[in-house]
Amino acid sequence: MSHPQEPDRHRMIHPDLAVSDDEAPRSPDGHRLEHGAGTSRPLRPRSHEPQPRGARVHGHRPIDQNEAAARFIAAPEHEQMHDERLWDLRQKRDRQMRAIPEWEELREIASRIKQHTLSHLDTYLEQFEAAAKANGVHVHWAEDGAAHNRIVHAILRDHGARRLIKSKSMLTEECGFRHYMAASGIEVIETDLGERIQQLDDEDPSHIVVPAVHKLRADVADVFARKLGTDPDNDDVHYLAERQREATRPLILEADAGLTGGNFAVAETGSIVVCTNEGNADLSGNVPKLQIHSVGIEKIIPQVADLGIFVRLLSRSALGSPMTQYTSHFRGPRPGTEMHVVLVDNGRAARLGMEEFWTSLKCIRCGACMNTCPVYRRSGGLSYGATYSGPIGLILDPTFDKRKYSTLPFSSTLNGSCSNVCPVKINIHEQIFAWRKVLAEARELPLVKRAMMSAAGKVLSHPALYRTAIRTADSALKVLPRFVVYNPLNTWTQGREMPPVPKSTFHDWYAANHPAPAEDPTSPEAKP
Amino acid sequence: MSADDVVSPRDTILARIRANRPAGEHPRPDVPRFPVLHAGRPLEPDDYVGVFETNLKAMGGKPAPEDADDLAALVRRLFPKAGVVASRVPELAGDIDVAACRPQDLAGVDVAVVRAAFAIAETGSILLSEAELGVNALAYLAQHLLVLLDPADIVASTQDAYHRPEFKERRYAAFHTGPSATADIEGVLIHGAQGVRSLTVAMRPRA
Repeated sequence: MSHPQEPDRHRMIHPDLAVSDDEAPRSPDGHRLEHGAGTSRPLRPRSHEPQPRGARVHGHRPIDQNEAAARFIAAPEHEQMHDERLWDLRQKRDRQMRAIPEWEELREIASRIKQHTLSHLDTYLEQFEAAAKANGVHVHWAEDGAAHNRIVHAILRDHGARRLIKSKSMLTEECGFRHYMAASGIEVIETDLGERIQQLDDEDPSHIVVPAVHKLRADVADVFARKLGTDPDNDDVHYLAERQREATRPLILEADAGLTGGNFAVAETGSIVVCTNEGNADLSGNVPKLQIHSVGIEKIIPQVADLGIFVRLLSRSALGSPMTQYTSHFRGPRPGTEMHVVLVDNGRAARLGMEEFWTSLKCIRCGACMNTCPVYRRSGGLSYGATYSGPIGLILDPTFDKRKYSTLPFSSTLNGSCSNVCPVKINIHEQIFAWRKVLAEARELPLVKRAMMSAAGKVLSHPALYRTAIRTADSALKVLPRFVVYNPLNTWTQGREMPPVPKSTFHDWYAANHPAPAEDPTSPEAKP
Repeated sequence: MSADDVVSPRDTILARIRANRPAGEHPRPDVPRFPVLHAGRPLEPDDYVGVFETNLKAMGGKPAPEDADDLAALVRRLFPKAGVVASRVPELAGDIDVAACRPQDLAGVDVAVVRAAFAIAETGSILLSEAELGVNALAYLAQHLLVLLDPADIVASTQDAYHRPEFKERRYAAFHTGPSATADIEGVLIHGAQGVRSLTVAMRPRA
């Protein structure tokens, strides 16, 4: 199997997923194609198993990522395919990187352009707005997700829109846009295949670039059979993709409005740049008479020429493909149509003022940090119970809800791989560690955990009290909160449980077998 | 609070940004123009067509056969079963008047023939804008896309591409690098996800 020049190329984490029959298309020269998110070698799960679901979310209570990760790991077909596919994307990325001698220089330039832009963001936003308005674009400003949803809803209502087609946008996920629109009477149709699968299955995207990467073909066949009426026994990938295309095309043609996110917003020209592999953003922006682009304010870059740096980095970092199939530049409306841009803050301006964390705003949403992260690869994106998962999620999510996402910064080995692959050089692992300190110092750990930590601290600092407590409860495991015993620092990989509670404590056993002078066990002064 | 005190969301956001400006100087970096390497040396114009076609193929696109005769014969040869052919190039009379169509009217097009504004050797990409497409949706609703490219319109790098005037002049411009594709199910690569099922590029100097 191995290629003479690249001995490691076909080394697999899970060789049992290798198959001889290859479904990948070939180039006219007969070379196996692996562009986009295509795998660089054929992979197949061995058997079917039910899809593990994501974290159980209870309002603002802290997400128990370990619990959801344990269920993902307990589904080996899903876990191994997930692990292997994402590691394959990481390896494809490395091959692209090695082909570009100036790669490190590109990262440095990209990082510095972003830091420059973020530290002059007001000026560049005003420049963007002026340029966009001069192009005939309607520009809206949304302070938060709710405002974004109200603005888009109002635009749609003013145009009497009944159906909106949209391309994938993490910003609209962040705003809870689909859930909001569900009550509006306006139908929202996702047009990216992965995102459509997630919408039909009523799940959030599990990865910012490949939203359904946690699903296997049988899971998709099941969803499509229920929602699109496909043959439940046919899980051929070509069949499933084709049926989705056939089902979605009429919805695209009859849509009243289209919505996309934005990878970049160019201040110089007022353009929105969107990168997709399916061409679905181009359908959303070019078929209906009304086009809307929702963009986070941190997506601004100063000049068109800067795209020559960022576009070179984005898809190579994300998928190990030199370019997305489509890189689309929307600068103004078509004749007789309207183009709207919604600039969304939703916590970004506040993040700008966080000394240790503002550079997380450099993120271009490539997902490279997720693909390389051993915790992410083995626990699945939905286990984080948040819009953003993986390493970038650990440092973005607490800015949205410190309590709910207080446990996430602990889901990391701090191995630094995320920072090493980041195309804009965000010091992700250092920010993860910094968040742990912030959450502890700001006492943002949940009340229950804090109370238990406090009680545990008292008991542990008084040996005699500890021994009494143990005797009363039979076991330290019943005294010490689960949080203390199961340290989130190192529980992410394991299915370990603590050993069964012993029948007697060590001290009782020692006292029974080694009679000694009487001693008041409750006295704090007693020597151990 | 009187109506005069109402601050617009725009001003609120800009004020927040100004209040939270990160410390330190962050000057714009100098951005050098990097050469594209080919066989260990910078790409030269004689290499453009070959490198473009190699990269196009790696992205799922197809170079048209070089021995191609006239354009109508090429279309018949490449797409023998094609029904409706829409042409945006003077070299070929198509079956419909694209400029007179609504986007939705183009759903029945089997093959669209257009000319690229320019192309990038580094990635195998071609650029299409409203000037080339007439109706932008043509490039996505058609089943297959045949693109004419003048070899003189190939630039070396993505960086070179972004110094072209199209991005400041056209209302819409998109790089196509191969056909519509997805690998959202188990990483299995499929062409024709939502847009065109194939993209073929024919080297043809502008008339």
